[in-house]
Amino acid sequence: MSKVETGENAHRDDERTGHDAQGPHGEVVRLPMVSPGPLEPPGAWERLRERCPVATVELPSGDRATFLSRYADVRAMLSDPRFARPAAGDDSARLSADGAGGVAADADPEYELAIPENGAPHQRWRRQVGRYFTAKRMAALRPGMTRVAESLLDEMVERGQPADLKAALGFPLPVYVICELLGAPAEERDRFSHWSDAFLNVSRFTQEETRAAFGEFAAYMRDLVAAKRAEPGEDLLSMLIVEGAALPEEERLTDAELLATGMGLLVAGHETTANMIGKMVALLLSDRDRWERLLRDPSLIRTAVEEVLRFDANLGGFGIRRYLSEDLDLDGKVLPRGTTVCCGMSSANRDERVFTDADEMDLARSPNPHLTFGAGPHSCLGQALARTELHVVLEVLLRRLPTLELAVPTGELRKVEGLLVGGLREVPVRW
Amino acid sequence: MKVHIDETRCCGAGQCVLLAPEVFDQRDEDGIVVLLTPEPAPPHHPAVREAAAVCPTSAITVDEDGGGA
Ligand code: HEM
Ligand code: SF4
Repeated sequence: MSKVETGENAHRDDERTGHDAQGPHGEVVRLPMVSPGPLEPPGAWERLRERCPVATVELPSGDRATFLSRYADVRAMLSDPRFARPAAGDDSARLSADGAGGVAADADPEYELAIPENGAPHQRWRRQVGRYFTAKRMAALRPGMTRVAESLLDEMVERGQPADLKAALGFPLPVYVICELLGAPAEERDRFSHWSDAFLNVSRFTQEETRAAFGEFAAYMRDLVAAKRAEPGEDLLSMLIVEGAALPEEERLTDAELLATGMGLLVAGHETTANMIGKMVALLLSDRDRWERLLRDPSLIRTAVEEVLRFDANLGGFGIRRYLSEDLDLDGKVLPRGTTVCCGMSSANRDERVFTDADEMDLARSPNPHLTFGAGPHSCLGQALARTELHVVLEVLLRRLPTLELAVPTGELRKVEGLLVGGLREVPVRW
Repeated sequence: MKVHIDETRCCGAGQCVLLAPEVFDQRDEDGIVVLLTPEPAPPHHPAVREAAAVCPTSAITVDEDGGGA
């Protein structure tokens, strides 16, 4: 049992982040690490990859964990089917001492979702739900998504410039998409946005508000599942119900699992995608040559999106976590059972051992086996959807607003201090 | 070139289908990869290599010397 992991915006004690990683010996590195600029990677990554690929780190809670910074180690760790995310009840390292991380930061029985976490039950869940996310289905969703993106952009243009592209497009689009996916009526979008916000923005909501939002959303999903049972539509929940009926009883998803799946998709798929849309636009506009190149040759959109995903150094300060339920031998070093491992996907994405000119953004890079969606049995279920959303946003922006530019110098962009999902607070643009 | 897939690893992410639809498909029941042409023609080779490189579960392997083409 677990929750789908993502999240952002915990209050962070800034003094803790004032330390940068030191050399291979001695001083403990603190997560999250500091970067020189809003779009830049912490300088510590390169030193760690070079000298201390398996590093001991301290989390804001004071707990210790192990940080992996090299591509090969991160990929191997994530691909190892024995290990899963930290769960409530294990003795894994906590991110924050006081549960201030939001619904998804530290495993908390109160917010537990009934999604199987590991092994065969997880695979059964993945295969049933994953069916909905095939490349073909995503292609079918694309025209509708394009229309939504266009109308959101029209509204932004109407309100005048400068505008915040994250608020105007990045934040609403993924909610629309998830409502569509779940077969929730369009009028519910505002409530979905509120719930998602209340789960993840711990700085703006009290714990009571978060708890209330969780309860409301769970009640809403319970009703939605019942409504889909009574009258199935074309959506994901209906698909699971209708096709589940043909499966042997023990393989069918229970109502609790259906409800958890719906809630999990909002938690996992909203903030992550919203932030990525903002960061993508900022990264591409921060160097005009990138934008101009895409305007000249929109056929680069696909590889450009992958390169943005690789290059983004702002995925959240802890990477993906794994809890070691048994000893693990990593390059001859034994990590004992009970260790919490932070897999530094963004550091891995800059590993010179795998990516030539890793610190250069190459919009035509191919192949681009970045780890931004993870790897192995838990790799992002929604990645085809997220990719489609990013393609659509970029395609629509290049076509509708070719003169788009950042309205502030890159250095003035402000980061959200997310526990799990990093991003920019706003992306001010003009055109 | 000869292509192999390992269904037990595949997580249905569909990257291979996006890159090389002539060579890979996904099963309707569960989104798991289906190999359409185990020995793809040379024009498809770059896309197949890319699919193998980016498959999140390393479920695709390419034997460059295998097969006729
Ligand atoms: C750019 C946007 C996104 C990023 C960067 C992202 C990233 C990730 C990562 C790194 C994982 C792996 C977690 C782990 O191994 O512990 C993951 C898992 C997951 N993601 Fe995403 N994601 C994005 C968008 C989405 C969307 C749009 C959805 C669905 C609507 C989604 C649904 C999920 C689910 C359900 C899981 C759990 C999979 C499992 O445990 O089997 N994600 N995501
Ligand atoms: S890219 Fe890999 S994991 Fe995804 S569908 Fe193809 S074989 Fe399966």
